[in-house]
Amino acid sequence: MTVMTREETEALIQEVLEIYPEKAKVDRAAHLALNDHEAEQAKKCITSNKKSLPGMMTIRGCAYAGSKGVVWGPIKDMIHISHGPVGCGQYSRAGRRNYYIGTTGVNTFVTMNFTSDFQEKDIVFGGDKKLDTMIDEIEKLFPLNKGITIQSECPIGLIGDDIEAVAKKKNKETGKTVVPVRCEGFRGVSQSLGHHIANDAVRDWALDARDDDDSFATTPYDVAIIGDYNIGGDAWSSRILLEEMGLRVVAQWSGDGSIAEIELTPKVKLNLVHCYRSMNYISRHMEEKYDIPWIEYNFFGPTKTAESMRKIASHFDESIQAKCEEVIAKYRTEWEQVIAKYRPRLEGKRVMLYVGGLRPRHVIGAYEDLGMDVVGTGYEFGHNDDYDRTIKEMGNATLLYDDVTGYEFEEFVKKVKPDLIGSGIKEKYIFQKMGVPFRQMHSWDYSGPYHGFDGFAIFARDMDMTLNNPCWAKLKAPWLKDESAEEALAASA
Amino acid sequence: MPTVMLRMNEAGQLTFYVPKKDLEETVVSMEKEGSDGWGGEVTLSDGSLFYLDPLPEAPKLPITLRARRGGGA
Ligand code: SF4
Repeated sequence: MTVMTREETEALIQEVLEIYPEKAKVDRAAHLALNDHEAEQAKKCITSNKKSLPGMMTIRGCAYAGSKGVVWGPIKDMIHISHGPVGCGQYSRAGRRNYYIGTTGVNTFVTMNFTSDFQEKDIVFGGDKKLDTMIDEIEKLFPLNKGITIQSECPIGLIGDDIEAVAKKKNKETGKTVVPVRCEGFRGVSQSLGHHIANDAVRDWALDARDDDDSFATTPYDVAIIGDYNIGGDAWSSRILLEEMGLRVVAQWSGDGSIAEIELTPKVKLNLVHCYRSMNYISRHMEEKYDIPWIEYNFFGPTKTAESMRKIASHFDESIQAKCEEVIAKYRTEWEQVIAKYRPRLEGKRVMLYVGGLRPRHVIGAYEDLGMDVVGTGYEFGHNDDYDRTIKEMGNATLLYDDVTGYEFEEFVKKVKPDLIGSGIKEKYIFQKMGVPFRQMHSWDYSGPYHGFDGFAIFARDMDMTLNNPCWAKLKAPWLKDESAEEALAASA
Repeated sequence: MPTVMLRMNEAGQLTFYVPKKDLEETVVSMEKEGSDGWGGEVTLSDGSLFYLDPLPEAPKLPITLRARRGGGA
C-alpha cells in the first residue's frame, strides 16, 4: 500500500474499533486519530494520559519504572535501592543500557540491583528498620557511594512506611544525600507520573545543596544536558558536538550523570532539554527559581541536529555561533556520505513508531533524512503537550495512536503494511513473527548511539541492516517464494 | 484553585501552564497589563478563562501563582 488518504485512515480506525464493546469503543476512539495539520491543539483530536482500560493489553510501565528506571537509575555514583520485594528491580535490571564510565561496584553502581527484598514479616511489621540496616550495610560494603535513593515499590505506600524519616536519620549519620522517592507503582496512569515524582524529589532533596556555595568557577558558556539517558552512549555523541561549539557541559541528566553534576546544575546559563516529557518539570523549576532558561532540542538526524545546534548557539554570542557553523561544516561531508550510501536502499520505505517520551516525534526527522516516511506514531505515556508538538512533525492524515493496545497495533500494522516498525521489546517478537522488520527504539536494539552526527551513521546502518536483511525473504516456504524480488535487492546492495 | 506557572515561551508569548491538567496554552488577553497592575481575567488560546488576583506590577517571569477558574469554562 502506498500513501493512505484521509478517508482510508478514518475507515481503518473505525474498522479496528469495531471489535470493542460499546463503552470501550468510545474510550479508545478518543485515543486514535489521524493527524490534521489544521488542528491547532492536540486535545481537540486526541486524548492522552488517561487510565488504561482493564482488559486492554497496554504496553505502559509503572511510576516506579519512571523514577528508578528512567530518572534516578542512571545517576551512577549513587545507590538506588528498589525498596520492596525483589522482582521490580531484578526484572528491570540494566535493561535500559544507560552507559557510564566508572568501576561498577566500586564507585559506580548503575547496572547493579540493590533491593530490600521484602518478605511477609516486613509487610506485617513494616520495613523501616530493614531499610535502616540496609543503608548501614551499603555504607560498609560500598563506601565510595556518593548518596542513596530509596525507590518505593507498591507495598511501601500500602503499608504506610515512613521512608522520609529513615532518609533524614541516615542523612544525619552518614552526611551523604539520602533521597526518599514516593514512586510506588500504583500512582498515576503510567511511568509518566514517576518522572514527575522523581523530578520533585530531585528538587526537594538534592538540587539546592550548593545554593550558598560559590566556589564553583562558572563560565558564560555553561550548559546542562537535561533528559538524555546516554542510551548506548547518546549523551556522549551529543556532548562532543556541544563542546566543539565552545560550550561547557557541566551536567548530564541523568545518563552517565553524578550527584555532583546535579548539584552544580543551578549554576549553568542554559538548560538543554532533550526528553521534554521526563524532565520538563525540573527545567521549569530551575527557570523559576534560578532564572535559567531552557530550550528543547533534537539531535536525531543531521537536519534536526544542525537546526538544533543553531538554535542553541543563538542563545550565546557570535563566537559560539561562528564555531557552531564550523562544526556543522566539518561534519557535513561525513553525513552526506552516510545519506548517499543508505538513502538509495531506504528511500520511500514506510515506518510506524510506538515509543515512549520523545522519540515518537524526535526521530521522524532522522527517517526523513534517509528518505523514509513515518506513517504512524504514538506515545505510551505522552501527554497533551507531547501531541501538540507532534502534530507539526507528522505528515497530514497519518495515524496517531495513544496508549495503543496490542490488538490495535497489530491490526494497524496488518492494514498499513509498514516496511519497518520501531517500538519496544514487548512488541518486537510479535511483529518479527509476522515478518515485519523491527527495530527496538527504546534501547536501540543493543546498538547506538543514535544522537548527533556520529549517531546518525549508526542509525542509518541499523535501519538498513534490519530492513534489507535477507532473513525476511526466508520466512516463506521455498516453493511459495517470489524469486524476482530477492534478486532485485541483492543487485542493489 | 489550580496552581499555574506563567512563563514566556520561545516565541516570546506569555504561556499559562497548569501541571496537573497538562494544560499549556498561550494567553490571548489579560485584563490588567500595564500601569494599573497585572493579572485579572485571563483568556487562553483554547478559549478557557481564568482569574488571577491582580499584582501591583508585572512580576519577574516565570512565576507560580494560584488561579481561579473563571467564566463559563
Ligand atoms: S507496579 Fe508496583 S509491583 Fe509492579 S513493578 Fe511497579 S512498583 Fe513493582
